[in-house]
Amino acid sequence: MKLNKGMNRRNFLKVSAASGTGLVIGFNWLAGCTPTNPEMSVPKSWTDINAYIKVADNGLVTIFSPNPEIGQNIKTAMPLIVAEELDVDWKKVIVEQADLNTIKYNRQVAGGSQSIRASWDGLRQAGATAKHMLRQAAANQWKIDISEVNTEGGELINAKTGDKLDYGDVAVAAASLPIPEDVKLKDVKDFKLIGTHVKNVDGEKIITGQPLFGIDYNREGQVIAMLIHAPAFGMKLKSYDAEAAKAMPGVDDVFVVDTSLEEPQWSDVNAFNELIVITGQTTWQVMKAKKAVNAEWEAVTPLENSDEHFAKLLDGVERQKGRVLREDGNIDAALQGAAKVVEKTYTAPFLAHNTMEPMNFFAHVTPDKAELVGPIQTPESLRGTIMKVLGMNEDQVTIAMTRMGGGFGRRLYGNFGLEATLISKKVGKPVKLIYTREDDMTQGTYRPAYRVKYTAGLDENNNLVAFKAKAAGIPGSPLFPDRFPAGTVDNYKGEGVNIDTNISTGAWRAPRSNFIAGAEQSFIDEVAEASGKDPIDFRLELFDRAINNPVGENNDYDAARYAGVLKLVKEKANWGQDMPGVSRGVAAYYCHNSYVAQVVDVVMKNNEPVVQKVWCAVDCGIVVNKEGAINQIEGGIIDGIGHAMYSQLTFKDGKPEQENFHQYDLIRNVQTPEIEAFFVENDIHPTGLGEPSLPPVIGALANALYKATGTRFYNQPFTKAKQADEILVG
Amino acid sequence: MAVFNLNVNGKKRKVDVDPDTPMLWVLRDHLNLVGTKFGCGIAQCGACTIHADGNAIRSCSTPISAVGDMEIVTIEGLSPNGNHPVQEAWIEHDVPQCGYCQAGQIMNAAAFLKKNPNPSKEEITSAMSGNICRCGTYTRINAAIQTASKKS
Ligand code: FES
Ligand code: FES
Repeated sequence: MKLNKGMNRRNFLKVSAASGTGLVIGFNWLAGCTPTNPEMSVPKSWTDINAYIKVADNGLVTIFSPNPEIGQNIKTAMPLIVAEELDVDWKKVIVEQADLNTIKYNRQVAGGSQSIRASWDGLRQAGATAKHMLRQAAANQWKIDISEVNTEGGELINAKTGDKLDYGDVAVAAASLPIPEDVKLKDVKDFKLIGTHVKNVDGEKIITGQPLFGIDYNREGQVIAMLIHAPAFGMKLKSYDAEAAKAMPGVDDVFVVDTSLEEPQWSDVNAFNELIVITGQTTWQVMKAKKAVNAEWEAVTPLENSDEHFAKLLDGVERQKGRVLREDGNIDAALQGAAKVVEKTYTAPFLAHNTMEPMNFFAHVTPDKAELVGPIQTPESLRGTIMKVLGMNEDQVTIAMTRMGGGFGRRLYGNFGLEATLISKKVGKPVKLIYTREDDMTQGTYRPAYRVKYTAGLDENNNLVAFKAKAAGIPGSPLFPDRFPAGTVDNYKGEGVNIDTNISTGAWRAPRSNFIAGAEQSFIDEVAEASGKDPIDFRLELFDRAINNPVGENNDYDAARYAGVLKLVKEKANWGQDMPGVSRGVAAYYCHNSYVAQVVDVVMKNNEPVVQKVWCAVDCGIVVNKEGAINQIEGGIIDGIGHAMYSQLTFKDGKPEQENFHQYDLIRNVQTPEIEAFFVENDIHPTGLGEPSLPPVIGALANALYKATGTRFYNQPFTKAKQADEILVG
Repeated sequence: MAVFNLNVNGKKRKVDVDPDTPMLWVLRDHLNLVGTKFGCGIAQCGACTIHADGNAIRSCSTPISAVGDMEIVTIEGLSPNGNHPVQEAWIEHDVPQCGYCQAGQIMNAAAFLKKNPNPSKEEITSAMSGNICRCGTYTRINAAIQTASKKS
């Protein structure tokens, strides 16, 4: 395999040369990031082998985790891949979060369930290349050929004599060796770490309350800053009176910053650029002063309401001409000729991300430097924005990434980092900016609101012959036109409608899929019912069609893998077996290159449906860390059920009606089902896992609720929205 | 401002703050104990849970003036080396995802198990329902509490 970026010869040489001239980086490993073997001695020196790996004289190995950690557990999984190829005992490994460094690393982003997918090869090469150099150094010392040096658990073994050296013994010599161009990677069958259950490297720190998160970061001499943004989308500041606030104890200043950008990039989403800033000594003093500021706001664009949103979406689907995204065959003729036609509409509201850790960031801007520390999914994009705003070069702006108390997409958009920077520039001091929960929930960047209408036609043999989807979103259509059931049906049409808004929106865990999967899989269930077929058999027939004789050429899924997860969940859940009192629903979906099928079991307790268990089959290729993978799957399922059942963000005159958790319902412990996850075992390159278990569970849930209650659930959140047909077609 | 003498994690601590300052911010801003987390500020999420005389309380909604000489324990003081049975069970079940809610979850679970050492599954889920985990680690939390209850 060839070296790629972050692994190229220039970088290798750079760090190697530094090591060769005797650079050792002192580091207190006791403050490192993993529960390492406490019996090992404290290392005296470290040698950089490459951008990902440094080795201590005593054999400890530090592996840098390049990407931001939002709870998706890549801080364990990414170093684990390096350690696998390096052949080091995991107990000897210390994991450190890398800072933003685009010369050393590729794509330091947490988003799109891409971290493992995009870095798999590079991480393996980092480990394998380092191992090769360590073996070569040992071969030189033993005066044997490299082929006679074996490795195991961080030790080098002389195949002839059985002599052993530790990685630490040859690290300095290895670092000055030429970098191999082409290294052999392990066979999947030889993996020792990958595919096992490995615990979170930050686990000990989390359970003892160590400072890990952005909100925990403090700097001597810092001031605390909080913001007031307009109370409604469409409003801007008219005037404000801060005299009383300024006179309060511990308050430094109250002023306005403007964060608007001349050329915003995609990650600069922000509806509120004009902000009142309160700075002071302690969080509570600033919080109190924030309430004492009197501000007047005026509407500059229309103030939107949720009932208008609903009406606009309805109009979009029922009356507007959509953009045709895909068309196969002749949909109108096929529907006219169909023996049965089923037509249903599904909706979902805006949602807030509500990461448990509210937005915050630390910034210290001086005339020639900007230093940022905090929770950000897109540090490189944030750096770009800061460079533009401050007129600085890349090497003048540093960003250190803290562990994040949740991301879910919200921290792709770094407005809070820009805000902290501008405040620090203005006050000339280090600044820690903190949002209250209310600031966080009402700030925007929401999951869009959606509506989709499906129409399906069955022939007299109950085969699907026509499928039409028209989907509208505020602001963008949620449809993926080349996904299932496209490719399985001769006559297909997908249309999208985009509706403008002044409410800011952004990616929210499994964007678009988080709505469209549930709608599609509920509808398929209803079509299967109309066909008189079992819902799993009905889907499998469609996949058979796509496997044997696909319609069109752009279908972006592998129908055999899709069918594979359905078959697996069917077997594991004993689908078809009689379970008294249990109502079951099924769904399958493909996103982030992974395939998920689920069965949801609902029981009635005191006349209320209760989700008892979710069975989940996943095909995400090679599973790197089973423990973390199952945790992600469970989290996605609970997230999906929770938002589909309970959560919504509604608007009155441009103002979010939910500001904190007494108004915005999130799923609670008592509402959580049992979950069992199963993996399709294969040797395929790993694919996404942070998002794919969320979307389909909404469909499986709706289908199970229907079996339990006799009501079809079309509108989210299921426990609050009306489900009657008349509001859907008005 | 007023001077308060607190008993936090077995140590006497003196702070000079406004009497209405919530314990959450006293801990985080004045005592450098940042393990206790800010989630909502209105007693709705449990991220700020600490012990006061062995009871789980919401530090975001408890002003320092109400604390007096109560024994305050935070996540940092729950055990000397992270070896409280609840903490050990948390590691065994690899509970955290992002980890942000977990200090509050652990503090709530520890106080609950002290009062009810052998809880049923229903008792666990209802006792833990005041603590939000946005990442959805609830099933692991419940399994860990069951493990801890067997050990303690
Ligand atoms: S921060 Fe205290 S309950 Fe949420
Ligand atoms: S682990 Fe992230 S909020 Fe609970």
